[in-house]
Amino acid sequence: MSLELSEPLQKVVDSLSEKFSEQLIEVYQSSGDTFIRIENSALIDICTYLKEDLGYIYLSDIVGTDRYTSDDRFEVIYNLLSFKDQARLFLKVWCDEENPELESVANIWPGANWNEREVYDMYGVRFKNHPDFRRIFMPEDFDYFPLRKEFPLLGIPGSIELPNTTPDTD
Amino acid sequence: MGLESALGEGYLTTRVDSMVNWARANAAWPMPMGLACCAIEMMAFAGPKYDAARFGSEVMRFSPRQSDVMIVAGWCTYKMSHAIRRIWDQMPDPKWCIAMGACASTGGMHRCYGVVQGVDNFLPVDTYISGCPPRPDAVLHALMKIQDKIKTEHSVMLDT
Repeated sequence: MSLELSEPLQKVVDSLSEKFSEQLIEVYQSSGDTFIRIENSALIDICTYLKEDLGYIYLSDIVGTDRYTSDDRFEVIYNLLSFKDQARLFLKVWCDEENPELESVANIWPGANWNEREVYDMYGVRFKNHPDFRRIFMPEDFDYFPLRKEFPLLGIPGSIELPNTTPDTD
Repeated sequence: MGLESALGEGYLTTRVDSMVNWARANAAWPMPMGLACCAIEMMAFAGPKYDAARFGSEVMRFSPRQSDVMIVAGWCTYKMSHAIRRIWDQMPDPKWCIAMGACASTGGMHRCYGVVQGVDNFLPVDTYISGCPPRPDAVLHALMKIQDKIKTEHSVMLDT
């Protein structure tokens, strides 16, 4: 695997593989972007390190993915930006279907608050130590996670309530 | 009123129903339920070029208490449906409803779990307008259809 990393990204990969050699699973490039997949357990440590020491102060997005595999079904992708280096970095973690749970990064980048709620709303990935953990788009009492692959496009009939159309009678 | 010169000593007869319906039909104040891009066309419908004032519907009332025709313009989510129904219930009778555009009529291109597939699932719609979005002419046409409907209604005595 030959990587053509820019100088600041090479520095990030070098220092991560030095400091977190055990938790770094893979580094690859695709469509001109750099992706780093890490162990779930090291998420907070690596994120803190990226922000405090490497200058990735801006978290532009958090995206969830349903990989629809039997192992490690869900993927959460953190889209990080360093203004100082003018570099973009994608951080990936996988979690399993039975108990998809990650540490919240909202205490590192406060902007992660709503993004994590959205990932939970759509995929059911839970975030520990989140300051305000609940659904963001779907109704609070909704039982499903709409962007999971097995969820039908038109939804489950009757799962979301329509208003009462005969208010004058009981 | 100038009528005297034409009629002389004569008089006119009519039904109370016709009088009331004539008045209602030419003062149908819209409740603009603008939810998406259709609302832009609805503004053109009220503006000077298409001029809904010709039909007595120039006063967009943002209070449901003062409006007669609800124009649902745009796609409606399940969450929004409760608010719309509440506003509809607050409108005094008699009232009419226009489902403007493909989304309000059938869900349109939003064929997904979060969008109600047509506002007629929870509202009694009188007129549907096709188009995505419909031209302001089409909204005027729907309004004229509503006027036709009002003119055929029994407004004073129930036909039982």
